Amino acid sequence: MIRRSLTLFAGLFVLILVMGWAMGLPFTSSRLVEATAYALIALGLNIQWGYGGLFNFGIMGFLMLGGFAVTFISYPVNPQFWGSDGPWMLGRALIAFGAGALLVYGARNSDKIGIRGGWKTFVTVLAWFVGYCVYRSQIDPAAAYIEANAGFVGGLGGHPVLGWLFGGVLAAGVAFIVGKIALGLRTDYLAIATIGISEIIRALIKNMDWLTRGTLTVSPIPWPTPLPQAYQASGSDQFSSLLLARGGFLLLALLVLGIALWLISRAYAGPWGRMMRSIRDNHIAAASMGKNVTARQLEIFVFGSVLMGIGGAMLVSFTQIFDPSSYQPINHTFLIWVMIIVGGAGNNWGAVFGAVLIWLVWVVSEPLARVIFDFASNWSTNFGWGAIPEIESRSAQMRVFVLGLVITIALRYAPKGLLPEVVRRDA
Amino acid sequence: MTELVFFINQVVISGAVLGCIYALGAVGITLIFGILRFAHFAHSELMTSGAFFAFMLAALFASWGIVTPIPLGFVVLPLAMVMSAIFALGIDKGFYAPLRKRGAKPVILLIASIGVTLMVQGLIRLFFGAGSYSFFENETKDIFRIDLAFLGSTRPLVITEPQLLMIIVTVVSVLALHFFLTRSRLGKAMRAMADNPDLAQVSGINTALVVRVTWIVAGALACMAGTMLALDVTLKPDLAFNIIIPIFAAAIVGGLGQAYGAIAGGLLIGFAESLAVFNWTMVLRPLNAVLPEFAQLPATLSLVPTEYKLTVAFVILVVVLLVRPTGIFKGASS
Repeated sequence: MIRRSLTLFAGLFVLILVMGWAMGLPFTSSRLVEATAYALIALGLNIQWGYGGLFNFGIMGFLMLGGFAVTFISYPVNPQFWGSDGPWMLGRALIAFGAGALLVYGARNSDKIGIRGGWKTFVTVLAWFVGYCVYRSQIDPAAAYIEANAGFVGGLGGHPVLGWLFGGVLAAGVAFIVGKIALGLRTDYLAIATIGISEIIRALIKNMDWLTRGTLTVSPIPWPTPLPQAYQASGSDQFSSLLLARGGFLLLALLVLGIALWLISRAYAGPWGRMMRSIRDNHIAAASMGKNVTARQLEIFVFGSVLMGIGGAMLVSFTQIFDPSSYQPINHTFLIWVMIIVGGAGNNWGAVFGAVLIWLVWVVSEPLARVIFDFASNWSTNFGWGAIPEIESRSAQMRVFVLGLVITIALRYAPKGLLPEVVRRDA
Repeated sequence: MTELVFFINQVVISGAVLGCIYALGAVGITLIFGILRFAHFAHSELMTSGAFFAFMLAALFASWGIVTPIPLGFVVLPLAMVMSAIFALGIDKGFYAPLRKRGAKPVILLIASIGVTLMVQGLIRLFFGAGSYSFFENETKDIFRIDLAFLGSTRPLVITEPQLLMIIVTVVSVLALHFFLTRSRLGKAMRAMADNPDLAQVSGINTALVVRVTWIVAGALACMAGTMLALDVTLKPDLAFNIIIPIFAAAIVGGLGQAYGAIAGGLLIGFAESLAVFNWTMVLRPLNAVLPEFAQLPATLSLVPTEYKLTVAFVILVVVLLVRPTGIFKGASS
């Protein structure tokens, strides 16, 4: 097993070297930073699916939450907003939200004052409706006012690493709510429920212009490490300052990944990991041994989502732009699943390997497809069939096909992944 | 009266059209779930590819100079449905059957169906690009404006030809499906297998045939839904991919595995979506005359802003999963 991992990782290293030689160092270094962030996200999914057997198809939502969190924490303060009536109006909206929540809570407990059965359902629905109306009556004018006068709320001007942490916290909070709602469901239902929830998160972040600027996008978001411009200012030439800056970011990202990997591996090897595997393999047996299955699954769902939030925050920090409309289920949910399936669910190194490999395949398949198309186009022109039209847009679509092909081939011929989970059996 | 007609145009007709699409898609999903026990995610691609089959056939017919009084895309629908059924069978043979033979868990089949989704979508984009097409390049889209002036309405009742056809076709196919499931031998075998596959097999039902028939029915219905949707709006590669979650929501709301539930769920979600974004001020405007100055109705008064229209389906989905996870009609339990 160790030999197999070493061979595969050596192969990956060679692939990276070839890529650096063929595509240039600046391109490769950015892809490596992204691959590191994706490795962190894949580890998060590996916890949920590989350890816990939970079916999370809402990864995109958690990545968006992470991206929003880092934008909110690290983007410079917007004095126009803080100087206006905006904070006061938002405060009122918050109070309205609290009042609505209280109303719903009260209605849900209305059986204590003797309202039962159908009446309780009616009161609960009414409370939801009234609470929603009260909240909307406060938030709508606040949103319109902020958008008109200040653009959007702006950031807090904090350090980006704080933003990454906040991304984790935010993702954890949402994951807790999602888990409470959805974890009691069977796998297929859970998959569809999580997709639905991630779409709700996307719709909210995309349309709450007062908070996230929506489709107008927020940029530039600061880096946690010095930017290339800083190196250039201190006298380096363009090429080396680009490499130095990206190298610095890569080191920080690798550090975060290393810490996460170390912590997860320790947890996996310990009693906690054994308990999780037992729940995954047979939750009825685990429950009969006194394990609280629902609470443990919720725990694992939250832990996995924290890593997704941090990874999503890292990606946004690196690209320096938060664009809610750039998030797509294919790029941000299914891609991660392919990473895990190809790499090997339940094996942390497999997740990291799969993440880096699939990310490189994903980014390379577009230029590669263009080369192939150009070649085929030349060939068909020589035969007198005319050139292939729209090579640019067609080759951009090739990677979706490649991704689907990889997933089906992997499921058919290597269902456990390239680096399968190691099942240790003590004698 | 004008307000009522407006309400019918905005909510009843558009909700029914949306509901029919959702219902046709959800029936296929629910049938596949009932027989094969996995959530078939690639159903959206069956719909889109079906619409593209119809589009190609329509283009072919048009190039032969065939002119029909009803839209050509609708005339070629039976042929396209046959092609789609064969396509669905091929997908099953190529991707799902080997996994089933290995005894893979339903979850693995779900992931495989996502792989199929990506592949088919990639292929469609490869051949047709990312742009959008219209069935009505060379024909006109008939719009029926029913003048209701005699009822005192200043607005006509508006319905387009594809919308009218869609509602008729959905009703016909739902009835046909009902008689197929309750009267024919194969339909009964399908229901038996949905209830208990092992028992169905030992009682002599040819389960392989039932699986094939399921794919044929699901593929044909998906093609119908996709083509009708493309006739109503425009044809683009992500035509059905964007609405697959509302369709799943419809299937779950109706109870996965329940064909009638899927129809009810589809209509419910369709109406809920159009009702949620409906601007009530348009109907309640006469009240402004009696209301005092400070309580005048705002220009837009809808339950949900328009940009959250698709979210309504997800919210319904989540609520149903919370309150009644088996759906309105009790769904398959395993």
